[in-house]
Amino acid sequence: MKKFLCVFMTLILCLGAFTGCGGSKSSGENGTLYVYCFGDYFDPDLQYEFEEKTGYKLVVDLFDTNEEMYPVIKNNTADYDVICASDYMIEKLISEDLLDEINYDNVPNAENVADSIKPFMEAFDPGMKHSLPHTWGTYGIMYNKSMVDEEIDSWDVLWDQNYKDKIVMPNSLRECYMIAAKKLGYSMNTADESQIQEMTQILIDQKPLVYSFANDSAREIMIGDSAAMAVITSGEVIYSKEYNENLEFVIPKEGTEVWTDCWAIPKAAKNKEAAEAWINFMLDGDTAETNFEYLTYAIPNKLIADKMDEAVLNPSKDLLDKCETLRNLGAEADDIYSRYWKKYKAE
Amino acid sequence: MSKKIFSGPFLAFMLCGTIIPLGVIAYYGITDRSGAFTFENIKAITTGEHWEALMLALMLALISTVICLLIAFPLGLILKDSKLGKKGFMVFIFILPMWMNFLLRTMAWQVLLEKNGIINQVLGFIGLPSLHIINTPAAVVLGMVYDYLPFMILPIYNALIKIDKNVIEAAYDLGAGFRQVLQKVIIPLSVPGIVSGITMGFVPSLTTFAVSNILGGGKVNLIGNIIEHEFTTGSNWNLGAGLSLVMMIFIVISMALIEKFDRNGEGNII
Repeated sequence: MKKFLCVFMTLILCLGAFTGCGGSKSSGENGTLYVYCFGDYFDPDLQYEFEEKTGYKLVVDLFDTNEEMYPVIKNNTADYDVICASDYMIEKLISEDLLDEINYDNVPNAENVADSIKPFMEAFDPGMKHSLPHTWGTYGIMYNKSMVDEEIDSWDVLWDQNYKDKIVMPNSLRECYMIAAKKLGYSMNTADESQIQEMTQILIDQKPLVYSFANDSAREIMIGDSAAMAVITSGEVIYSKEYNENLEFVIPKEGTEVWTDCWAIPKAAKNKEAAEAWINFMLDGDTAETNFEYLTYAIPNKLIADKMDEAVLNPSKDLLDKCETLRNLGAEADDIYSRYWKKYKAE
Repeated sequence: MSKKIFSGPFLAFMLCGTIIPLGVIAYYGITDRSGAFTFENIKAITTGEHWEALMLALMLALISTVICLLIAFPLGLILKDSKLGKKGFMVFIFILPMWMNFLLRTMAWQVLLEKNGIINQVLGFIGLPSLHIINTPAAVVLGMVYDYLPFMILPIYNALIKIDKNVIEAAYDLGAGFRQVLQKVIIPLSVPGIVSGITMGFVPSLTTFAVSNILGGGKVNLIGNIIEHEFTTGSNWNLGAGLSLVMMIFIVISMALIEKFDRNGEGNII
């Protein structure tokens, strides 16, 4: 009997560990909406506004990276009704049949989506059937006017020996290769090994000039005057300029990466209508404005387009024509990139 | 018999927290993406970049462990005979930083060490040349020492305070000098603490990726960074798991060392 108790307790505890997200579902007059989103990615006040307007109770869980979110959705370890994910991850989720199609009848605000973003959405989600955009941006060069005298307009400046030990590069594989690809005039989504090899070579040539590889901390390094230029996303510019007025941002003329973070509904969603109500709410003009003021990331919404300054957040069509969006290349190409990336990092 | 009931939660913890995850890692490590059996992921440790990263990690971990030991042992001796307040208060001061998140403490060092960071501003203000160690292996070693020093101090201090004062006094009475007492009495008796301190500092330094990412500026590529890359951007969990299995060898070696030198559990932290 005692032995049985021991085994029983073990089992109960194990079960408890696996059902952590089960929870009660009946709170909120119209049910509960489970949102899975990047940390701090919408104004927290909007949560109460949404709950008041729609009668759904909102439960928000957070993650840091797409790669962290992916296994949760893939293995269906928790029932989320709506998720936020980046372009290439949306493509991957669609290709594995993990996303439901959005019913546009329930999302009338979808017409607010800015036209400039549509060609990029088209690339990873044809017809925007499975996703609608939340934020978008480009990568560009942020530089410190007190350390850079010239006019910067090209990726070539990152290879300029004058800025040795003064350049911050992104600490992420695809963004580094994007820079090399744009400099050489290749597609950032190439899977051609000889092109990848050539890009690796010019990156290795440039590596002695790099002060550090940084993602989130890049803006702090720039604000603190510790480097002359950093490759950074356009959403960080307003924030950084507030703290250091010498900082300027430019999108290089060769084109760059346009990234989009989107809302999507997993196949396993229990409350699809609530999810659509959430997406509709996020695409509303007032919500978009609140989010823009809170995040300072560009929001692709027609109704607030005039609030985005052209040089940073709303690039011209000519420039956008030269930009690309990150595609999911599949395991084989990922492995080739990984192999060369590790060589580059080991240099 | 009734004690078995209370062991239930521990069994559950061991099962969920250790055995199952280890099994999953082992499974990923010896299969490829399609699920077929292979040793390629484990053999991958011998390829150029992986081997280099492993050697660099071993070297930095070794250096940081030696520095930790050089700081912790004399400190343990001082604390042992300390008349400052209550026994344990000084030790408490040294553990205090552990109450803050280890990532935050590492990021704080980044802010301090940055080219135009606080340390260099102070140095510049008093007219001294600036310090350029950020984004180099030296900064990574500094971070490792700072983060893992408490793990070294505690077991050494614990081993030292357990040495009977009479034994030391007897050695002095019999005519031994300080050096001889240290060599023949104190060090041999504190070996269990030293060994567990070394393993507690060495293993986490060897496998870290956060310290090298933050203080190494992404330019110091350790085996931990490679494993992290495979699990995230590289999305090759099988290779990541295979390399992790290789790292486990070092953990097994260190456990064997503890077993050999620390039979009575004298060097335990608690």
